[in-house]
Amino acid sequence: MNLTINGEARSLAPLPHLAALVTSLGLDPRKVAIERNLEIVPRSAYEQTPVADGDRIEIVHFIGGG
Amino acid sequence: MDDTWTVAGRTFTSRLIVGTGKYKDYATNAAAAEAAGAEIVTVAIRRVNLSDPSQPMLVDYVKPDRFTFLPNTAGCFTGEDAVRTLRLAREAGGWDLVKLEVLSNTKHLLPDMEETLRALKLLIADGFQVMVYCSDDPVYALKLEEAGAAAIMPLGAPIGSGRGIQNMLNLGLIIEQAKVPVLVDAGVGTASDAAVAMELGCDAVLMNTAIAEARDPILMASAMRHAVIAGREAFLAGRMPKRMYADPSSPLAGLI
Repeated sequence: MNLTINGEARSLAPLPHLAALVTSLGLDPRKVAIERNLEIVPRSAYEQTPVADGDRIEIVHFIGGG
Repeated sequence: MDDTWTVAGRTFTSRLIVGTGKYKDYATNAAAAEAAGAEIVTVAIRRVNLSDPSQPMLVDYVKPDRFTFLPNTAGCFTGEDAVRTLRLAREAGGWDLVKLEVLSNTKHLLPDMEETLRALKLLIADGFQVMVYCSDDPVYALKLEEAGAAAIMPLGAPIGSGRGIQNMLNLGLIIEQAKVPVLVDAGVGTASDAAVAMELGCDAVLMNTAIAEARDPILMASAMRHAVIAGREAFLAGRMPKRMYADPSSPLAGLI
């Protein structure tokens, strides 16, 4: 399965849902926000959201800023 | 003295909002925010580092249960970018109180006011409470307020320039006309600049670089806390009139 995550092309084994992707990337789902194909996915819906070949995923978090 | 200010229905005692950028590490950042007595901190939204997911995260040091996070749109140059960024921020933290800044170019980072006003309307339609970084133009400040801005945040000088308040006349006009809080955002370099902003009658001051790039950020944060309090109290106390000539403090009558 080919995904674009934060602008980087990635080849991954098929995943059941977005929650599995977050875990496989080593991220804490409580500390990120996710866009799938330009649509925000509510945190409560990660386990119901499929990840499909060709998806463009953005995963962001808070960093320091002014 | 019970002296608070309220933005978008939230009431605060501290009139110093601090940024969380440019610090050497998040621990220093957190200590500076504490020394500043800040209740609100600005934060940015960026992609996570996928190559090193274990690197330190802001929220582990500057904790959202201790500070009100004010997500910004720094780095956005269009209204659509700003709306997209803040929607993600709302999902990441659940906050609808946000700081809008739409910049024009990377040289002076002055706000693009036409685009800022357009973005403000998009955000308000999407349910956000928006504190707006803006130029020190009283005409645009009024347009922002009429469009529903929760607070008006004119610059004192360009972001990160540390040059202090450049146009006290315009800031005075903005403060006089505004019915929402006015905050000086950007341009403060040292404590006296913050005091000047507060003496003009601002509701609060927002700064980042002046603290983060001080030789001792934690000591400067403390200085800024005192300066903001001093400026506020001076504003409330009402300054003496300026005179052309001297006026003796000791009576001239009864001289030997």
